[in-house]
Amino acid sequence: MTDVRIAGVGLTKFGSHPERTGRDLFAEAALAAREDAGVSRDDYEEIFYGNFMGELAEKQGHQGPVMAEAAGLDCPATRYEQACASAGVAFRQAVATIRSGAADVVLAGGMERMNNLGTAEVTQSLAIAADELFEVRAGVTFPGAYALMARAYFDAFGGDSEDLAHIAVKNHANAMQNDYAQFHREITVEDALESPVVADPLTLYDACPITDGASAVVLVSDDYAERHGLDAPVTVTGSGQGGDKAALQDRPHLARTPAATKAADAAYADAGIAPDDVDVAEVHDCFTIAEVLALESLGLYDHGEGVGAAARGETTRDGDLPVNLSGGLKAKGHPVGATGTAQIVEMTKLLRGDHGNSDAVPDARVGVTHNAGGTVASAVVHVLEVDR
Amino acid sequence: MTDTGYDEWLAAIADGEGYYLACPDGHGSLPPRRSCPHCGAAELTAKPLPETGEILTFTEVHVPAPNFADEAPYMTAIASFGPVKLTGVVRDLPADEVDLGTTVSVGVGENATTDEQLLVFRPASE
Repeated sequence: MTDVRIAGVGLTKFGSHPERTGRDLFAEAALAAREDAGVSRDDYEEIFYGNFMGELAEKQGHQGPVMAEAAGLDCPATRYEQACASAGVAFRQAVATIRSGAADVVLAGGMERMNNLGTAEVTQSLAIAADELFEVRAGVTFPGAYALMARAYFDAFGGDSEDLAHIAVKNHANAMQNDYAQFHREITVEDALESPVVADPLTLYDACPITDGASAVVLVSDDYAERHGLDAPVTVTGSGQGGDKAALQDRPHLARTPAATKAADAAYADAGIAPDDVDVAEVHDCFTIAEVLALESLGLYDHGEGVGAAARGETTRDGDLPVNLSGGLKAKGHPVGATGTAQIVEMTKLLRGDHGNSDAVPDARVGVTHNAGGTVASAVVHVLEVDR
Repeated sequence: MTDTGYDEWLAAIADGEGYYLACPDGHGSLPPRRSCPHCGAAELTAKPLPETGEILTFTEVHVPAPNFADEAPYMTAIASFGPVKLTGVVRDLPADEVDLGTTVSVGVGENATTDEQLLVFRPASE
């Protein structure tokens, strides 16, 4: 089995770009990744593309061929839909394809256009990631679902809204050094606690924004990188995916996300690492409580210990285990179907040294990405390691 | 739209004859199902839903989706009814009286925005 190297990465600036088409967003990210990789156009063999709500936002199904054209490539392209984990599963399939020997060069990425819809329509669109019969009809919105988990967490393990506010403060601070982030604005714990309630106990600053954007990654086999003398120091050493019941009500514990634990266990075993080996993490903080659930599911913290990690300064830029140096979904933004590969882009740059926050992790060797769908009914974890 | 299996289940709850599906190992689930989501067993038997349940978690939603525009703010909760958990909207109970462990009964109400039937939790009668 060949190793998989990341030859190039690209992003659009994340933000509110309601006038830009999805194909234009993806083109920008894909062309940036292709330029970064420096791989011949003729060598691309397949595209793995993530998108969640294209039918709703742009009335566009069958997006694979549309995005291949946008990327300027002439190869088969397939769309993957797995809610907010769409690009994570697309990337995982790209990794598997190279490892199997079926291809030497592929492009993985994702795109989401959201702001051309109003907040109400976006709320409705995001809710389709929940169980339609048993959750959506009972008024469960996406923030509402995470609010249900947050209250269950506080009850089971302790912690409070102030602990969550520290996560928002941390991720906003991290985004200051990320040119591609949606927000470049530091906030205080008081700002977060005093912001309007969305679904109690979660307030506006517990929630990620509504974001338009795209991301792309060029993956190559180790052999191809060597033959072509590519500068590709980051290797994908572990990949794992886990699943859970779609509806919260069908899970035994409302404050745990075992799908992410399954994904992490598989990815760590694949890479031959343990949680202790992780130097830096990008996790799926669609809401502040989601970062807590992620850290605990990844085995980086025991259950009940993750909620205070940011307040204690352990996961901040200067902490022992910096988490979401990109700004996370919270402050970098969350173009749903692009997030999984956006995390790979950020982690690749952090490890190879050309990220605005690389100086926070100069010796980091092992990075982990955690991408979740819905209320973590789907989870994808990848381990990235850099040659040092 | 007709959703066979689900519609009959909701109608049974409205009639006070709510049920869940039990597999031979005692796992509970809700229709429509052809196998137990917990163990895969194919034999599912309808059993009466307990008359009352206990709220496990809840949230007051202030930013609704369009299908609940006329309801906000509203309270959504997950409550345990024996071997199954249900998700519903809490009604006839002031927000400050909703807490973890609050005992509720389950019934059916109307969504003020869409006129559709929805699962509703109400205070359990003493």
